Amino acid sequence: MTIAVIDYGMGNLHSVAKALEHVADENIVITSDPRAIRGATRVVLPGQGAIRDCMGELERAELRGLVDELLSNHSKPLLGICVGQQMLMERSEENGGIDCLGYLKGAVKRFDDKQLDEHAQRLKVPHMGWNHVSHIQGHALWDGIEDKARFYFVHSYYVSASERSQVFGATHYAGAEAHVAIGKGSIFAVQFHPEKSAAAGLKLLENFVRWQP
Amino acid sequence: MVSRIAGEVFIPLTVGGGIRTCEDIRTMLNAGADKVSINTAAVFNPDFVREAADRFGSQCIVVAIDAKCVSEDGETPRWEIFTHGGRKPTGLDAVEWAKKMVELGAGELLLTSMDRDGTKAGFDLGVTRAISDAVSVPVIASGGVGTLDHLVDGVLKGGADAVLAASIFHFAEYTIPQAKAYMAERGIEMRL
Repeated sequence: MTIAVIDYGMGNLHSVAKALEHVADENIVITSDPRAIRGATRVVLPGQGAIRDCMGELERAELRGLVDELLSNHSKPLLGICVGQQMLMERSEENGGIDCLGYLKGAVKRFDDKQLDEHAQRLKVPHMGWNHVSHIQGHALWDGIEDKARFYFVHSYYVSASERSQVFGATHYAGAEAHVAIGKGSIFAVQFHPEKSAAAGLKLLENFVRWQP
Repeated sequence: MVSRIAGEVFIPLTVGGGIRTCEDIRTMLNAGADKVSINTAAVFNPDFVREAADRFGSQCIVVAIDAKCVSEDGETPRWEIFTHGGRKPTGLDAVEWAKKMVELGAGELLLTSMDRDGTKAGFDLGVTRAISDAVSVPVIASGGVGTLDHLVDGVLKGGADAVLAASIFHFAEYTIPQAKAYMAERGIEMRL
């Protein structure tokens, strides 16, 4: 029983692995080895930084085909985090427009940094800090997590999914409804960092580890 | 130490003290830090902030600003950047310096009043307000907290996005949940 954290050179994999170790009895491996990833019972797809770099590094590590395969055959639970969520969409506005994995319908858009908050102060982009996540529909990964619980975010771009049925959590910021938890079948993906979101984040990871889609 | 802490606490972790090169930053991030705080190195080489932000992203670059009031009573208040724990003046205007750090890519500012640090007399709300109003990134107020009302003032009067206190927690005068509950009662949005 192994959980593989896919290492394609982007992101703070150490933190994700440590948080998983905290909640799981399974062996946690950080790996770029396709055999290890195929052999794992669950897979985490992290991602940090610019989406062009993430997509590029995924290709360079020769893992793009494998991720496409995991997404299409639903053979095991997969959790996308941060840019690992954004990459599931069709396209991102970042870096002048980047084609993504196209697994879910919808786009990745930039927050409007001209929006004002209730005190007429400019909202800050990146959206950085703790924010509420509203449950749009029930999901096994929400078990034991309150509606509107706070999670930790660091991002300037957000997912806007076209299929409402694939949206599980949303956060309102800078006039936008960011779809911060999306999924389909055995795939679940979040914009926030569960590994940095204290009790609520650890609970979500624990739910993922137990999830039987 | 950083990796041991990062393996046990599942919240964002900022590491500061002696960060001088991109290699130092890489080491800290690999050890599990989410952000690094740059202080003196930014004063001696402001371009280091740009280089660090370009390479690692603004979200993980915190610039620590140590400011001291240098105006006389009755004058328009003015604050200057000091190094070496508040002993060495640099001649740099604190508000201008804060703006420059943000232009170079700082994602967050940790503002410490060297006049108030360790005094328990409350934040220097003047410099906190001046810098919070001048920049578009989160400002963490630091230096001088002695009571829970000081924390509230830092946000409501100083305009800080976050507040830092050490001694009131270290010496167990208050607990963190107590402080958060107190601030929430006064209308500040908190994660309790």
